[in-house]
Amino acid sequence: MPRDQNRDFGSLVEPDRVHKACYADENVFEQELKSIFYKSWIYIGHESQVPNAGDYWTTWIGKERMIICRAEDGQVHVLYNRCPHRGTLICNNLHGNSGNKKSFRCSYHAWQFAMDGSLRNIPMKEGYEGIIDLKDPQLQMKRAERQGSYRGFVFASLSQEGPDLETWLGGGKVAFDDICNRAPEGEAQIVANCFRIVQHSNWKIFLENQLDALHPSLTHHSTGDAAAAMQKVYKEKTGEEPPMGYQFLADFTLPLEKWNSLSTIGHPYGHTVLAGYMGLRPRDPVTVAHEESLTAVHGEERMNEILSTNVHHVLVYPCLSVQPPLQQLRAVRPLAANKTLTEIWHFKLKGAPEGIYDRSLAYYYHVNSPSTMVNADDLNNFRACQDGLSLKGGGDWVSLHRNAGQDPVENGVTTSVTGMSEQPMRNMFAAWKEYMTAENQGGE
Amino acid sequence: MPKDNALNSSADTQRAVEQFLYNQADILDERRWEDWLGLFTEDGKYWMPADPEQETGERLPNIFYEDLYLMEMRIRRVEHPYAHSQLAGHRTSHVVSNVVIQSEDQATGDVICTSRFHMVEYRLEAQRYFGGKYTHTLKKTEDGYRIQLQRVGIANVEGPFDHVMEVWL
Repeated sequence: MPRDQNRDFGSLVEPDRVHKACYADENVFEQELKSIFYKSWIYIGHESQVPNAGDYWTTWIGKERMIICRAEDGQVHVLYNRCPHRGTLICNNLHGNSGNKKSFRCSYHAWQFAMDGSLRNIPMKEGYEGIIDLKDPQLQMKRAERQGSYRGFVFASLSQEGPDLETWLGGGKVAFDDICNRAPEGEAQIVANCFRIVQHSNWKIFLENQLDALHPSLTHHSTGDAAAAMQKVYKEKTGEEPPMGYQFLADFTLPLEKWNSLSTIGHPYGHTVLAGYMGLRPRDPVTVAHEESLTAVHGEERMNEILSTNVHHVLVYPCLSVQPPLQQLRAVRPLAANKTLTEIWHFKLKGAPEGIYDRSLAYYYHVNSPSTMVNADDLNNFRACQDGLSLKGGGDWVSLHRNAGQDPVENGVTTSVTGMSEQPMRNMFAAWKEYMTAENQGGE
Repeated sequence: MPKDNALNSSADTQRAVEQFLYNQADILDERRWEDWLGLFTEDGKYWMPADPEQETGERLPNIFYEDLYLMEMRIRRVEHPYAHSQLAGHRTSHVVSNVVIQSEDQATGDVICTSRFHMVEYRLEAQRYFGGKYTHTLKKTEDGYRIQLQRVGIANVEGPFDHVMEVWL
């Protein structure tokens, strides 16, 4: 462990390489929770995930277990999933509804709480008379230190201090703007299904892979070939164009030069964007109907502006990978240095024709479901990375040299010179270093 | 008293359906992909819903929802020399049991049957374990039964999943 060798966390990150301890060392991981996951804003869920009073979903901020729920007055709350009495987990299911009384009820001693965490009732409460006021905050379910929402996407921070949500999101806001703007009603509606897949690798390996433009045609060669072959078979046998999902996979046969022609944009706080038009505007009836529905609201000029937004993929560091043009969202929940839970969601666009949802659903199936042929090979690489990085010997550093020092920076925003520049990794590690070396980083 | 479904069919039907299901499990475990595709009708589908209560695979999230084209795509992928997650070896073993004929159409011989399966999968020096319920809609043809729909309800449908499922269960 480098820290034991009198090296601080900042020394693990150099401009063009990082130490393997960033990925494989449990002490580094514990510090990441304190300095990053318990300091920054973390995505909790979407407001439409809890449409009715009493609805709740559970999730994680680092090792903290959290609840997002809706109260009778319509307010959405983010609470720690813990009974203030004896510490029992209150919600043991992934999601549900708290019932007719809209109260959380602890399974152990039946303490009851309103959906904002305030105490409603305790059995035999005379035992507390003259000892403690039942309105005392220490007898309430604790709320997240801060909570915020941007266009229906709810975040929480376990730190009282730090930038407000919108300031922090900065260049990452485009993830949610692009999703919502594509909806004629300006809002996204979550589909109430969460695919959860455990990766046997560090959380950063996943985020780095998301904007790694060199890997798709190499890692996913087999899937690209299989899909391209079946496009031909489908056409021959049916005389019809294959469903769009085939093309999502056949894209993995694109030549490396094509991927290299994209560009990535690094924003403050580690948020990073892959610019690349996804070619989702053929002249098919679904696209035309979508264009018409947006034109009816905004006029043609604004419709064109919305649908030609040049964003393929957005990382909101450290917690999200979002693909706005296809309304996909993957939340990153680090469980250990070598174990990461991903929570995978997709959205409908309010007011858009149903056929637009079919594209989102097809992508959700082919790329993000537990039967995905795409991530099968990603997960295999992630695991192999983690296992290699955990070796004691064989070298200490990870190379991030591709186009290092060549990407122009303007007003704190970096634009990569090539699609394959390792700018996204360097940008995220620059933020990592800032978080990990900030004053009072321990928060203990 | 619940209805005794076992009385819905003859011993011959019961035996033929059981043999069909056991054969399907063998084909999958032995990765005989041409035979696998041959088990389905031309419009046949393999379906693993994402929600235990789900009644259709159309326009809803699914874990698997594949016609013959998508199944052939999956086969081409796992057999591709660069499908590196398959290179470490991938072996499975199924047991199918509790076969109940839910209905048999006396005119056509078509059958709806349910069964339970347990499956172990070995890959990368680790073993995973799956269990669940099959519901087969079988069409009777001159060459025996063919699957029009196979619904696979897995016990751990909510996950979280360790790795993904690269082939059908």
